[in-house]
Amino acid sequence: MKGKTMKSPTKVIAIAAAFATVASLAACSGGGASDGKIELRVATFPPGADQAAYDAFATQEAQFEKKYPNIDIIGVEYEWEGPTFTAQLAAGSLPDVFTVPFTDAKTLLENGQLADVTEEIEKLGYADKFNPIILDAVKDADGHLFGFPRQAYALGLQYNRDLFEQAGLDPNSPPTTWDEVREYAKQIAEKTGKAGYATMTQNNTGGWQLTAQAASRGGFLQSDDGTTSTIANDGVKATLQFFHDLRWEDHSMGDNFLLDWGSINQEFAAGNIGMYTSGSDLYTALVRDFSLDPAVYGLTTIPMEDGGKVLGGGDIAVLPPSLDDATKDAAVKWVDWYYMQKLLNEDAAAADAKALADSGQAVGTPVLPVLDQATYEESLTWIEPYVNVPREQMQGFIDHIFEQTPVGEPKSHTQEIYALLDPVVQAVLTDENADIDALLAQADTDAQALLG
Amino acid sequence: MTALDERRASPQRPRPRPAAVPAPRRRDRSLRGWVRRGGLVTLLFAAPMIFVFTVYSWWPILQSLWMSFQKTNLITYQFVGLDNFVNVLTDPVLGRAVVNTLYFALLALIFGFPLPIFMAVLMSEVKRLKGFYSALAYLPVVVPPVVAILLWQFFYKASPTGVFNTVLGWVGIPPQPWIQDAVQAMPSLVLEATWAGAGGSIIIYLAALLSVPPELYDAAEVDGASIWHKIWHVTLPQLRGVIFIMLILQVIATAQVFLEPFLFTGGGPNNSTVTVLLLIYRYAFENSLGGKYGEATALSVMLALFLAAASFLYFKATQKWSTD
Repeated sequence: MKGKTMKSPTKVIAIAAAFATVASLAACSGGGASDGKIELRVATFPPGADQAAYDAFATQEAQFEKKYPNIDIIGVEYEWEGPTFTAQLAAGSLPDVFTVPFTDAKTLLENGQLADVTEEIEKLGYADKFNPIILDAVKDADGHLFGFPRQAYALGLQYNRDLFEQAGLDPNSPPTTWDEVREYAKQIAEKTGKAGYATMTQNNTGGWQLTAQAASRGGFLQSDDGTTSTIANDGVKATLQFFHDLRWEDHSMGDNFLLDWGSINQEFAAGNIGMYTSGSDLYTALVRDFSLDPAVYGLTTIPMEDGGKVLGGGDIAVLPPSLDDATKDAAVKWVDWYYMQKLLNEDAAAADAKALADSGQAVGTPVLPVLDQATYEESLTWIEPYVNVPREQMQGFIDHIFEQTPVGEPKSHTQEIYALLDPVVQAVLTDENADIDALLAQADTDAQALLG
Repeated sequence: MTALDERRASPQRPRPRPAAVPAPRRRDRSLRGWVRRGGLVTLLFAAPMIFVFTVYSWWPILQSLWMSFQKTNLITYQFVGLDNFVNVLTDPVLGRAVVNTLYFALLALIFGFPLPIFMAVLMSEVKRLKGFYSALAYLPVVVPPVVAILLWQFFYKASPTGVFNTVLGWVGIPPQPWIQDAVQAMPSLVLEATWAGAGGSIIIYLAALLSVPPELYDAAEVDGASIWHKIWHVTLPQLRGVIFIMLILQVIATAQVFLEPFLFTGGGPNNSTVTVLLLIYRYAFENSLGGKYGEATALSVMLALFLAAASFLYFKATQKWSTD
């Protein structure tokens, strides 16, 4: 008996070892094309995007593959999220083409994590067509380019037309100065009981929106070279004082002061917020992801005071530096075809807009042009038949955005500086006696410590 | 005694000693003996578990220990000695996080710890529908924690129409800001955490109460003890072993509180609910490009060491009392 029991565990080990070896070999041998085509893994949508988005992508994928039969496009779900992105980058599992926001592009290219595409952009012939402020986000110190800016937005003032009407305000004449914003907010709060004005406060968005609103008052957080913190400036102070007055004197900011990008959109879509600042391209997300009734949406420019500028942002299509020449060539073709041609070429623009409109996706949401204004305005005429967003409700923004000067987000340690400012915004909104000067002095010291 | 033992033992010793004492030690030295007694089979059965623990638990622990001495973005690694520890210890938010965590632990200890004991004793006295009450008490544990917190966020709405504020309004108390206020936020989180955690503790105490010999109560009754005397002199002393374990488990759990501040307030307003674990999370994930993984692991290592030391001291200090 003992002899038998001695043997069986040995067998078990042998079988287990064999199984483990086979399993690991099988795992290693996954993927790989054998029909001579170049497989190109490209970023598509965040997990959970609706079927319509995938249908539109499938149409475009077929069009591309018809034009370039030797390239096989493989769509990969992708979302810009710090933790996931870093892990994917570390594991080498990022797609061959993906997008990153302006704020992080500089750090990535300085770390050598993006492919140099200077030559390719020059060869495609539109290097000098880009908006120079936007191109700056993908340029290193030597002028090399590391990505294709593909879409940009400027911050705008979002407002609820329905609450405007309930408060006796004309939704076609949104406020044009910060004083008017305050006045309107007070009226909305008094007449409807909802928050007349709100601002984000959490997960670095408090700092982001403070930066945007301070920039509109001529206050910027850093010196141009990003080495000196200038947080304790008049623009930031005036913005915080504005929050304080609305919150504690007018009581027009409601009662939720723990809001981030998602939760403020949720509250807005539920009709609980009259006005707030966020990206000009927000309409798509508000309607698609937060079920906003399109009829109540309104968008205008953020008021400008004292040499203020409008904060912009956006994202860039990039490639990892590790691609071989053939894949890189295919990747550039894809970027050009999928992201860039619809900005430059009438047929491509119309085809893209049609594919989006046919599957119920938003077409015509106002953006900040990544190319020059003339090309942008021309491109709008190409897609006109397919525009399905209420652009007349965004007229305030569309008419005045080009009068404003765009400015990029702070250059150094952007997210960390935003994180430092979240508690400052929260303090002003939850403590009537918060000492704004002291809070800013502390934030300035902490920020300078980060900048070195 | 086995034949092998006899062969080894008999020639030298005129008087055979009882084999029970030295025999196992000698057998341990022989690999064949160990195999024959089933050591190999035991190892084989344990091997998958050891493998899984090594790969998914012990190895990451060692790696994170190593990472706490490195500056890394998960792609490049650079040894920086104790820099991460220095950075963490000089971070002004750390003091705030430690104080907040202690405050949470203290509130949970004062309000959250005695409640399940009290409820369990009360429920053990109930004669009818005992199962129903147990199920009722356990219900919050069944609700997924994230769902519970989203629900409570709704209850905590600061407007006069919020659920709790409506209830307060019935008795003439003005609406409270709850989690929207730096002073009230932490107690509000403790309140939810107590509600969510009490059920599990109640079930454990109820089980422990079953092991209290009924004769003790009979004897106490004969001596004329009141119900409070019985609880104080019979129930609680009989439960103390369980109470000690529950206490240390609660202290460890509250030192690692994360979910409530993360989901309710994100550490706000104005850092009033930042806890040590939330700070660790912020180090690692606040910047979308990561980068502070070294600091995050350094603080994790310090927290783990602190908890290990505290648990050890606690057990040493109470060993005698809890086992008498």
